[in-house]
Amino acid sequence: MTHNLRAETISIIGHHGDVIEAYLAVPTDVTTCGAIVVIHHMPGYDEATKEITRKFAANGYAALMPNLYHREAPGAAPDDAAAVARASGGVPDERLVGDVAGAMAHLQGLSTSNGKVASIGYCSGGRQSLLAGCRLPLDAVIDCYGAFTVIDAPEGSAVRPTAVVGEVANLAGPVLGLFGADDQYPTPEQNDILVAALDAAGKSYVFKTYEGAGHAFFNVDRPSFHPESAVEGWREILTFLSATVA
Amino acid sequence: MCTYDTATVGIRGSAKMASGWQGVDQAVVYFDHPVHFPAGHALLLDVRRASGNPADRIAIELDAESARQLAATITQILDSVPEDLL
Repeated sequence: MTHNLRAETISIIGHHGDVIEAYLAVPTDVTTCGAIVVIHHMPGYDEATKEITRKFAANGYAALMPNLYHREAPGAAPDDAAAVARASGGVPDERLVGDVAGAMAHLQGLSTSNGKVASIGYCSGGRQSLLAGCRLPLDAVIDCYGAFTVIDAPEGSAVRPTAVVGEVANLAGPVLGLFGADDQYPTPEQNDILVAALDAAGKSYVFKTYEGAGHAFFNVDRPSFHPESAVEGWREILTFLSATVA
Repeated sequence: MCTYDTATVGIRGSAKMASGWQGVDQAVVYFDHPVHFPAGHALLLDVRRASGNPADRIAIELDAESARQLAATITQILDSVPEDLL
């Protein structure tokens, strides 16, 4: 593996046939490869998540990150777009699923596609990755510290995600969950509830909870970055992808 | 964590943004991940015109204590103003 890649901004067909912006990174040293949809966190379609997208390509996977806020603020800076999306009540679940489906279709249409697609999401995207896996034929799902997967967010907030746990029987592929032991959203106890639901549904999963890590330990540009957990987490991710979509 | 805790409030006034002075009609208050302030979480405030350009907003990120002091000071100032000026 040379880690050679090509990365660019493209347009894809998302939910309801809408044309939305997306960031595509593909390895250029392979003839066929698996793929992954990258779901950005609530702060948006930002530079840090583009860097994550490129890392997948450098490791041999076609990676595509749809801009979930493109409709609210086409062409806006990521933080401004995130502010508009939040003021509008966040991304509706149905639209998220439609956009991930569009990203899947684009990846499967690449000449290098082996037909297999995973999803990964961080923070709010962790919940959305699990949700997408419950509603789409994804071959593997990665949830990085997604909150409100087993409980609904409290009433009264203008942005209010709801639990996904009731849908896990529909998962088509295995789940990798990566969490911080010090995180309160989600708590380790909530992750245990998710594990119990996956067990009850007979689903395959690997859950890792890292001591000393809180929320968002992969974020290299934030104080929450926890290097040991991030390094180990990336190793888990690449091992999981190798077993599921490579 | 993404708290998602978000409140929107209708307001009436003006704010000076990168594009200059604009009328504003909405404030969005949340406690979540800041973009620039070096903390895991902060009190975040967007003052904007709901129908305006996404870039036309005042974005503020404060630690919790600063936000409480600011909120208390605003209330204190308003409470000290003669009723006939409000």
